[in-house]
Amino acid sequence: MVESLKGGGHVGFFCLKERLISKTVSKNNNSTPGNLPKCTTGIQGLDEITSGGLPQGRPTLVCGSAGCGKTLLGIEFLVRGATLFDEPGVFIAFEETAEELAQNVRSLGFDLDGLIEKKKLAVDYIYIERSEIEETGEYDLEALFIRLGFAIDSIGAKRIVLDTLETLFAGLPNPAILRSELRRLFRWLKKKGVTAIITAERGSGSFTRHGLEEYVSDCVLLLDHRVDGQISTRRLRIVKYRGSSHGTNEFPFLIDEGGISVFPITSLQRQHEASSERISIGVPALDAMLGGEGVYRGSSVLLSGTAGVGKTSLACHAADACCRRGERCLYIAFEEPEAQLLRNMRSIGLNLEPWVKKGLLRFHAARPTMNGLEMHLASIHKLVEGLNPSLVIVDPITNFISSGTVSEASSMMMRLVDYLKARQITTLLTNLNRNEGALEHTELDISSTIDTWLLLRDMELNGERNRGLYILKSRGMSHSNQIREFLLTDNGILLTEVYLGPDGVLTGSARLAQEAKEMATAAQRNQEIERKRGELSRRQQALEAQIAVLQLQFQTDKEEMERDITTEQVYLEKLEQGRQEMAFSRKAQSNGVPGSQKKVRK
Amino acid sequence: MKSKKAIAKDSVATDVVNVTTAPVSKEYFVLRLYIAGLSPRSTLAVERIQRICDLYLMGRYELTVVDLFVNPEMARQAQIVVAPTLIKQSPSPMRLFIGDLSDEKKIFLGLNIVV
Repeated sequence: MVESLKGGGHVGFFCLKERLISKTVSKNNNSTPGNLPKCTTGIQGLDEITSGGLPQGRPTLVCGSAGCGKTLLGIEFLVRGATLFDEPGVFIAFEETAEELAQNVRSLGFDLDGLIEKKKLAVDYIYIERSEIEETGEYDLEALFIRLGFAIDSIGAKRIVLDTLETLFAGLPNPAILRSELRRLFRWLKKKGVTAIITAERGSGSFTRHGLEEYVSDCVLLLDHRVDGQISTRRLRIVKYRGSSHGTNEFPFLIDEGGISVFPITSLQRQHEASSERISIGVPALDAMLGGEGVYRGSSVLLSGTAGVGKTSLACHAADACCRRGERCLYIAFEEPEAQLLRNMRSIGLNLEPWVKKGLLRFHAARPTMNGLEMHLASIHKLVEGLNPSLVIVDPITNFISSGTVSEASSMMMRLVDYLKARQITTLLTNLNRNEGALEHTELDISSTIDTWLLLRDMELNGERNRGLYILKSRGMSHSNQIREFLLTDNGILLTEVYLGPDGVLTGSARLAQEAKEMATAAQRNQEIERKRGELSRRQQALEAQIAVLQLQFQTDKEEMERDITTEQVYLEKLEQGRQEMAFSRKAQSNGVPGSQKKVRK
Repeated sequence: MKSKKAIAKDSVATDVVNVTTAPVSKEYFVLRLYIAGLSPRSTLAVERIQRICDLYLMGRYELTVVDLFVNPEMARQAQIVVAPTLIKQSPSPMRLFIGDLSDEKKIFLGLNIVV
């Protein structure tokens, strides 16, 4: 009946419970007075799905097959009542002695003996041995009533659990008497004003073996313990709840060292705070793609991609960035054990070990098939409570499918994301895409709960595989629509621009080749330009030289010509001088006028 | 006999009263009758066991009548669920007789009384 988990960390889980409980209590106080009065059970999740608890002062029937947790539900109802709401309770055990009972629930941290001592709890073991009994006429269960009444009055009980009342049918010979007496018992319990839980074995074709549901008509809870593919899941369903709205689904529940936790599939409160603070995802280029600042705090990020595209490496970068900010990170690894992960990350220059030592980074490596989905969810809850991280990484979520069906896994993921969001914890999930199907598709179909979806894809070209990354969506921010090439280097992740050419997207060596080609072409062009430039200057030089030669020639010519001109002038002067001298000598006129001389000549 | 009945009735109203007679022979019977108040069924049961004791176990029985309304804690101590319940504590084996003790055959059989 009582399942035990690995030890450790259950203090934190209790804190969670207490917190949830205080929430429900405060909610109850606000409820309108016209509603059916309810008795808060204090069992995690149960008050949520019953919208406040069990009907106050009325009996509730809890039925289910053997080992599904009926007794424990009853015990927890009383223990929580006694410890949290100061409502003493009576446990009427038909199957176990008080000592056995105390022993069985001790592993859940319930100290029955202590509560009994404090008069918060009374346990009465009712033992009926059919073989010792001889029926000798008319009888009634008045003695049982007295006994219950005495137990209730001795501690002023507000709650009572009868576990399992149907044992009376085995112990007492006359069912007809028993039936009428049980009817009277339930009336009597109502009159007493105690909130009662009556447990009963599941019968074939009916809720209980002896049809107790006929008598207890206010509230009936059905517990179920199913094993699917070697993994067991407990479920709880509210069959009926008179006068109250209630969840009608089957709710998975869990029994661990913290008691019972019922998980509503979808959280009833979806009013999360929305932080506008942005946090880095650990790769600056990626932050730049996400509007320059990274993702919103408390948002959910999905990294999906095929095998070996670097999902884990990217997740580890995010973890590293988180720890660098001095915040705590919980890394749930389903694929690799911690040591292997640390070693592998060192190979890309990411040393996470100091964070682990500092207690900022906590790895939780688990086999997905180790537990049912609910157990996984509960252990994550517990770890989150214990560590109080600001980033939770689940790597990969796809593995949850192996612990249950796809629909179960997706509902579980939805609840996980909801839970983490409500606590303002950033969630980073990785999703392994199988080769079939579109990349923009997760097997768990959780894309609608995801705020930022990064897609890592491999691009096959020229006989090699390269990684590309792009942002499929990112709510509430302007983000890049580019595909970047995603490189895992010795110094971590690098995002480079891919080559977008006429042949499409080129990555890897094709990109390098293309780049080399472009570089060669560019070099050639440069050479050509140089050459032309040289020629130009040479031509200029030649031209200038020619000009110089011509100028020189011109100069020479000019000088020669000037010399000739001078010579001519000198000749002309000499000629004139000679003529004058001749005339002078002919006429012997010392001051003769040339004009008069000409006239004379005529 | 009448006086004993009266005592028994008194015990119903007040507290536990031991109605004993000195042992004579054979086995000694320790009987306890648990009743819930003075219902007709309780009265009937008290009368019947008293009669049987007087007729067949004279001098070798100890009968205690416990009214659970007066001593509710006794129900828990003696593991009583049904009223009336007659418990034969000795001689062993212990036997429980539930009901108003109208089926005398079963009582004789259970008490090992030869009529």
